[in-house]
Amino acid sequence: MAIDENKSTLEVTPRNEEKIKKIWKTAGILLILTSIEFVFAFTLPRGLLLYAIFIGLTIWKAKYIMMEFMHLGDEAKPLFYSIIVPLIFLVWLVIALMREGSDIFMIRW
Amino acid sequence: MSTTATAVGVSSKRGTWGGGNEPLKASYGKLMMWFFLLSDIFTFAAFLTAYAAIRVSYPTYAGPDDVFVGSNEYWPVPEMVFDALPFLHGVHVPLAFVGLMTFILIMSSVTMVLAVEAGHRNDKNDVVKWMLWTLLGGITFLSCQAWEWSHFIHGTDGGSMITYVNNLGRVVSETVYGANLAVNEYGPAAFAQLFFFITGFHGFHVTIGVFLLFLAFYQAAVGVYERRGHYEMIEKIGLYWHFVDLVWVFVFTFFYLI
Repeated sequence: MAIDENKSTLEVTPRNEEKIKKIWKTAGILLILTSIEFVFAFTLPRGLLLYAIFIGLTIWKAKYIMMEFMHLGDEAKPLFYSIIVPLIFLVWLVIALMREGSDIFMIRW
Repeated sequence: MSTTATAVGVSSKRGTWGGGNEPLKASYGKLMMWFFLLSDIFTFAAFLTAYAAIRVSYPTYAGPDDVFVGSNEYWPVPEMVFDALPFLHGVHVPLAFVGLMTFILIMSSVTMVLAVEAGHRNDKNDVVKWMLWTLLGGITFLSCQAWEWSHFIHGTDGGSMITYVNNLGRVVSETVYGANLAVNEYGPAAFAQLFFFITGFHGFHVTIGVFLLFLAFYQAAVGVYERRGHYEMIEKIGLYWHFVDLVWVFVFTFFYLI
């Protein structure tokens, strides 16, 4: 009986090398983007330009993780949009709180 | 693309409005994981936006980086705060350790997606193998974070001269070593508070993730998913694990780079 239980009941599909290659390619892209951030952190002067590059690269990485690793792109369109569209509210949150923070700066210093 | 044994599509018996349909073409468990992750995105976004708001409310350190001195008068330069490595006491290696942590977490995300891919093929051996690698990555990351916290709390050899209001309500000027929620040697009190809450909340997610990974690894190894007929649990836990990686990408940028 124990032997029966250990027997595979599901049919194993052979490895899809193309898919696996794509996963490693995505991994390479993520690591390269992180290295670029790393290099820029020490070579470019601190300022708006550097911060913009950092945020751009971060969002680019986030896109790869969500689309390639979490397969959000393969989900049904309504599901895709119900995850992505609510994130628009964050734009407001960031603008409102940054304004607030700089106003506190003006009062305090 | 899903090869799971769950029902998908419109019921021929009940039609479009009769119930029992899956318009989003995803199983209940996966949908709920996605919506949980959406709510978690907002929680982390609130943390990071609060960081940004508090940071712009303080002056930034203006002098040259290499002579940085911690003070609660201005926000510190992250690469001068996070510059330590285990076993290399007193050596200034900016951001190397956190870079290593990022690498570990990204790699564990890669092995996780390989486990999900193996799950689609019902390949038990590959699932178990990649889940074990992912589990190891998660545990390594947590260990690194434990070291990072310990170093942050205990501080540097020199400490910094900080003037602050102590817990008896008196203004004191003294050399402060390390960090706690009230005062720290690196910058304003809010700097350490945000460090503890943001990386701590993320670490809490990683801890839960490690438990889930172990559960999935164990159940895959003893054949629970094989008997169930599908490896959807690997996919759901995979979504959670990728999310933990996703959050770290943002924490890395906003806390350690900017």
